[in-house]
Amino acid sequence: MKVIVVGCGKIGTALVAGLAEEGHDVVAVDTDPQVIEEITNIYDVMGVCGSGTDYDTLLEADVQNTDLMVAVTALDELNMLSCYIGGKMGAAHTIARIRRPEYNIGILPQHLGLSMSINPEQLAAKKIYNILQLPFAVKTEMFSQKSFEIVEMILKEDSKLVGVHLKEIRSKFKQNFLVCAVQRGETVCIPDGDFILCQGDKIGLVAAPSEINKLMRALGVLGKQARNVMILGGSRVAYYLAKMLSSWSFSVKIIDQDRNVCTELSKVLPPKTVIIHGDGARQELLKEEGIEMMDAFVSLTGMDEENILISIFAAVSKVPKVIAKVNRPELISMAQKLGLDCIISPRKIVSDVVLRYARALENSKGSNVETLYKIMDGKAEVLEFNVSSDFEGKNIPLKDLTLKENILIGGIYHGKKVIIPSGFDQIMAGDKVIVISSGWHLNDLSDILQTKGVKYE
Amino acid sequence: MNRRIVIYMVGQIMRLESALLLLPMAVAITYREFHGIAAFGFTAAVAFLIGMTLIGMTKKHDKVMFAREGFSIVTLAWILLSLVGALPFYLSGEIPNFCNAFFETVSGFTTTGASILDNVEVMSKGMLFWRSFTHWIGGMGILVLMMAIIPTESGRSMHMMRAEMPGPVVGKLVPKIRDTAKILYIIYLVLTAIEFVFLLIGGMPVFDSLVHTLGTAGTGGFGIKADSIASYSPYLQWVIAVFMVVFSVNFNLFYLLLLKRFELVLKNTELWFFITVIAISTLMISFSIMPIYGNYGDSLRYSFFQVSSVISTTGYSTADFNMWPSLAKNILFILMFVGGCAGSTAGGIKISRIIIMLKAVYNNIKQQYHSRSVSTVSIDGKALDQMTLSRVTNYFIVYMLLNVAVFLLISFEQWDFETNLTATVSCINNVGPGFSKVGPAGSYSGYSDFSTIVLSLAMLFGRLEIFPILLAINPGNWIRPRKLR
Repeated sequence: MKVIVVGCGKIGTALVAGLAEEGHDVVAVDTDPQVIEEITNIYDVMGVCGSGTDYDTLLEADVQNTDLMVAVTALDELNMLSCYIGGKMGAAHTIARIRRPEYNIGILPQHLGLSMSINPEQLAAKKIYNILQLPFAVKTEMFSQKSFEIVEMILKEDSKLVGVHLKEIRSKFKQNFLVCAVQRGETVCIPDGDFILCQGDKIGLVAAPSEINKLMRALGVLGKQARNVMILGGSRVAYYLAKMLSSWSFSVKIIDQDRNVCTELSKVLPPKTVIIHGDGARQELLKEEGIEMMDAFVSLTGMDEENILISIFAAVSKVPKVIAKVNRPELISMAQKLGLDCIISPRKIVSDVVLRYARALENSKGSNVETLYKIMDGKAEVLEFNVSSDFEGKNIPLKDLTLKENILIGGIYHGKKVIIPSGFDQIMAGDKVIVISSGWHLNDLSDILQTKGVKYE
Repeated sequence: MNRRIVIYMVGQIMRLESALLLLPMAVAITYREFHGIAAFGFTAAVAFLIGMTLIGMTKKHDKVMFAREGFSIVTLAWILLSLVGALPFYLSGEIPNFCNAFFETVSGFTTTGASILDNVEVMSKGMLFWRSFTHWIGGMGILVLMMAIIPTESGRSMHMMRAEMPGPVVGKLVPKIRDTAKILYIIYLVLTAIEFVFLLIGGMPVFDSLVHTLGTAGTGGFGIKADSIASYSPYLQWVIAVFMVVFSVNFNLFYLLLLKRFELVLKNTELWFFITVIAISTLMISFSIMPIYGNYGDSLRYSFFQVSSVISTTGYSTADFNMWPSLAKNILFILMFVGGCAGSTAGGIKISRIIIMLKAVYNNIKQQYHSRSVSTVSIDGKALDQMTLSRVTNYFIVYMLLNVAVFLLISFEQWDFETNLTATVSCINNVGPGFSKVGPAGSYSGYSDFSTIVLSLAMLFGRLEIFPILLAINPGNWIRPRKLR
């Protein structure tokens, strides 16, 4: 599929990387020749130097034959205008990054012909909010119109899952769920029945959303919800987050060192929000504001490094849930090594959203993949397939199917019934199947089969 | 540096060469040349073994590649390619001196067409085909060929493409590098096929047509007759002359033609400059040689053929231009430097670089006159950034230094000034023949082994446009971290 990305800043570059990796024909547009040279050196994409609102530039990027155009420059107005011009010139779908919420209300999006508008800060805030609601998880994700949920969590030493053989996991806990991916160190694998879980593993669990709470209780991880949240940095993400949190019964404290920012926040946020003017890097201040008493600490300053270091301090101060915003991908893995398990990266969230959209578009053009999600920091994929009647593996119990390595069937959607499959379940024509894979590029459901190899347990 | 990927890629190239060697072997089989079959078969086996060993050694490699890996891959691949490619000539005994065989192969791959053979007509058909086939491979580039047929694992193969493709700015035609490489090779194949048909129509024997088409397509210039193209009919000479020009036009323009973007082709500055230079040179030379040939038609044909042969850096000839008046010879000498358009199979400085430098000089003079003036160099309505500009001027300086160095190094021999100078220029620009002893009627066989090697390296430098080799042999590239205690 042909995709044009206008604006190659942080988000644009992440998008270009993701789209190129998925095999799309990507054209990157930016006004800075240096940026273009860099990006074409690293990724297999074409670069066009110029403005996204420039007719000739868009012509050179071959916008007439483009399936998707994404404008993610720093300026909302520029993004909207680029998408408008691109759409009029022939781009089939357009996505613009629009941060100012007032642009998204009213007639503008419809008249611009946008397929989607993205507000990275709002998406990030939503993500953090979801995590704060399920504090034992590092990340949660819903699939298939919210029929399946994947919860990523890290096994602490007191977890009941440590030392468990995956074969026995269902009989032991008497719950309907699957461990669909395990990250140990840097490597991610899709485990089979002989796998034994260890302390420190990051695992992904598939279950039906209605059963998550019951499951977590059985696993002994369901704690109390967070109530007192401290947010460092009065950025846009902090604003959205504070607004969401205070509409529920959270009590929120925001710290920022810019008085004007604090004043602005105090105008727009509900009065019960506590806004502190001070330098959050000072441990004295954090202690004075009672960091030890907080249920959760969210670091959202503009500096990745500051977020990481202060979050480490919060973790050392025994705050039960620490979330740090880190944008640079190199720093994310570093921060994880330093012990921060919960990291939010707006640029990754945006690129995930756009990639998902691109996948859905491609699907409508003939590929059999319904939707794609990335889990475990993008090292494993969750795909949805429709089962056609010519699928070879239909009506065979899963334990008799030979799948490729690092592939697992995580869910079957049979009519309206949601099945978290065991070895005795079967795939039937007309079902929808959720496949979890790592290291494969799957385009069709039959790609998961192999004639010889590991057996499905 | 990521050595493993460098070795791995070089291994891939060797495997590709072993496959390519099967073609001349097929020719040798057709003509029942048993020593040729053995030589090509053995070489293909050697190349395959080297390739598989290198690939096997580095099966596990990091895919990350930077400019220095790209340069090193291209440099090493080209050197190893030429060393192995020289084996058939040496093993079959048709070129008994290995240095000479190496020279001949480098001359083939770099599309120079300079030969150490005094008498080509005694060579076997298989060897003649291999000689011309190396032109075809080297013309568009073996790494580009590899990218077109073997799936590249890394998005960073742009570094390899940039090192191998000639011209100041190397861009892609389409977003994916593999598709770009495929499109380039398809255009290349189609144009080659068209020329082949034209030559067949003109009554050229099949083998001759094949060899000359391959030589023209790569702008190489290895012939199979002592007098190059002179003994063929005027029609055939015109066909070859026109196709030499066609193959030294930027291939991007052919792609634009396919896309029906005619207005962009017609507005292309480089193309017009190229055509203008050819037209003016042809007219001047045809007037100058009129007294020799007597009639206007013949002198125009001879003049156009030689001009197109030299400016496209092919090196075929229909006349011994060594005997021409000095005005004609001097123009040809200057054209050797000029070369074809960027992104073609031709060598030389390249038209686009010359345009950029002329514009930069003009701006600089204007600057000196109006000391406060601000100006930008732009081509086809696109402003060039300072970086590209300084790269072009830097290239020119290093290029001139290379000419000086090679000229000095081969001056130890007892050859006249004109021979040495034109041999240097002709090799660096991948033209082929020079004047005097290395003229169209002569050969490079008189040079010693030392000079042969120097000139071979000069051709490699010229084909890869100097910088990739310079950067690859930079010792800082190859150091390993010390084990500190």
